Amino acid sequence: MTGDCAMTKRILMTGNEAIAAGALQAGCRFYAGYPITPQNELIAYMAKYMPQAGGVFIQAESELAAINMVFGASAAGARAMTSSSSPGMSLKQEGISYIAGAELPAVIVNMMRGGPGLGNIAPSQSDYFQATRCGHGDYHSIVLAPATVHEAYYGMRDAFDLADKYRTPVIVLGDGMLGQMMEPLELTQAAAESSEYKKDWALSGCAGRPANVVKSFYLHEGKLEEFNLLLQKKYKRIKEKEQRAESILTDDAEIILVAYGSMARIAKTAVKTLRAQGVKAGLIRPISLWPFPEAVFKKLAAGRKKRSLLVVEMSYGQMIEDVRLSIGDRFPVEFLGRGGGGVPSEKEIIVKVKHLTGKKSHR
Amino acid sequence: MNKIYSHPRALRASSTHYCPGCGHGIAHRLVAEVIDELGIRESVIAVAPVGCAVVAYDYWDFDCSEAAHGRALAVATAIKRVRPRNIVFTYQGDGDLAAIGTNETIHAANRGEKLTVIFINNAIYGMTGGQMAPTTLLQQKTATTPLGRDAALQGYPLKISEMLALLNGVKYVERVSMHSPQEVVKAKKAIKQAFQNQIDGIGFSLVEVISPCPTYWEMPPAQALDWIKNTMLKEFPLGRIK
Repeated sequence: MTGDCAMTKRILMTGNEAIAAGALQAGCRFYAGYPITPQNELIAYMAKYMPQAGGVFIQAESELAAINMVFGASAAGARAMTSSSSPGMSLKQEGISYIAGAELPAVIVNMMRGGPGLGNIAPSQSDYFQATRCGHGDYHSIVLAPATVHEAYYGMRDAFDLADKYRTPVIVLGDGMLGQMMEPLELTQAAAESSEYKKDWALSGCAGRPANVVKSFYLHEGKLEEFNLLLQKKYKRIKEKEQRAESILTDDAEIILVAYGSMARIAKTAVKTLRAQGVKAGLIRPISLWPFPEAVFKKLAAGRKKRSLLVVEMSYGQMIEDVRLSIGDRFPVEFLGRGGGGVPSEKEIIVKVKHLTGKKSHR
Repeated sequence: MNKIYSHPRALRASSTHYCPGCGHGIAHRLVAEVIDELGIRESVIAVAPVGCAVVAYDYWDFDCSEAAHGRALAVATAIKRVRPRNIVFTYQGDGDLAAIGTNETIHAANRGEKLTVIFINNAIYGMTGGQMAPTTLLQQKTATTPLGRDAALQGYPLKISEMLALLNGVKYVERVSMHSPQEVVKAKKAIKQAFQNQIDGIGFSLVEVISPCPTYWEMPPAQALDWIKNTMLKEFPLGRIK
């Protein structure tokens, strides 16, 4: 154990920096991005440390250029990533669709801010739909939602591995709060080695093999449908194997909060307070937003216990649609949310829970 | 007997989908011949456009990527940076390079990316059915300028090659044409130079190829060649720009 301690370094880092550092640790060797608040610490970290890691850093002329650079870098076989925030993500949707269509691995970070339009630079979860419902065409991105700086750092390996394993875009969905908040992070020198994925499809020059083509274009009749059926098979595999969620005190819970990312931290605090006050509250924190962790909810629905659910979001209700689809009519599903940079507080959650459970609220 | 003709190794033995009299087939072949002559087929990575040449990878026999409309130079930038020892080029039409992709074009050029660009200017959008291109001539009738391009409404033919030549990152710009066998020979020479520059690590090189589109110019192929010579070249004079 003492040996392990000697290998561990404890540092203070913002979520944005942790994502960048985690990406480099996970073997990311290409980054292109365009400045936008609140993710600027990420691009600055990459500018400083990517060249030291022997990789390529490019400040692109736009989000469109950045995501298409990621397309090119990935086509050439590199672990490639870009990052942005909500308005910039809208611009990246074009490229993400092409990445999905060309079956390229890529990681795209979105530190969400308030909208619509230019909105503001306060934390928000208003891009859940944009991330999980995607751009043009019948495709999906895997969407991961870290809640802590620790998870932001160590989750990047998962993000890149999933991208390579399934040759698909992976979106890391955070918000301005997670991005700019500093937390202690324990860096272990003996980080796990990244899995090696054979990229015999990549473009490297056709020496000693037939030419490779990276494309999403299928003009001949029936070919695009055939390709889409293959994509759907892949999505089915991902749905079966890659659902991720954390359940806290749900076994005996009468009311279960459902929240992801930064919002889940506040919800967790509310659960602890409610428990101390005798309310049997619990929390489900979806970590993969696509695939949505349906299994956890279906298991709840299959149980005998009567419960109610309260979905809490920094939006006016986006994830709640997936919760309702997963749980069906089994339990009442209530909602508490704020948008435009507003964040539901612990107190607001407690008041809402007590209102729902018929318990008197002590303010 | 002396063999004076053979099919380029870099060109697949397939017929193309191009219209009779189209310049793309010739341009594809010139690129393939140059790649063979320079011995770089096994290190080339091409980025195909969106437009009539969207399936260029079905005709060339070397590694190739698609790119979203206008984004070829962003894609190519990344490929070249990740694989600096490979020879990376884009093949783009006027709409791709000089309208929807102007931003990507200018910034890749300005960064001095060590890329080769084959820019096909036929003053029209072919694939979508003959709409106005940024390079459409004044008075030229298209599907979206039925009365002819009017400077007051649609502005002037965009001289993107001259614009790019102003940038420090750009090392070589030449405009060539397809309207006669002599000009095709010159075009090949310029294309070869643009690839040689990349081999030598010199920097961003672009060849603008004036190319006929008889179908959407609504004229027979021979007349289209005359139209290039007598009309189009007045707006787009040939020769070394930088």
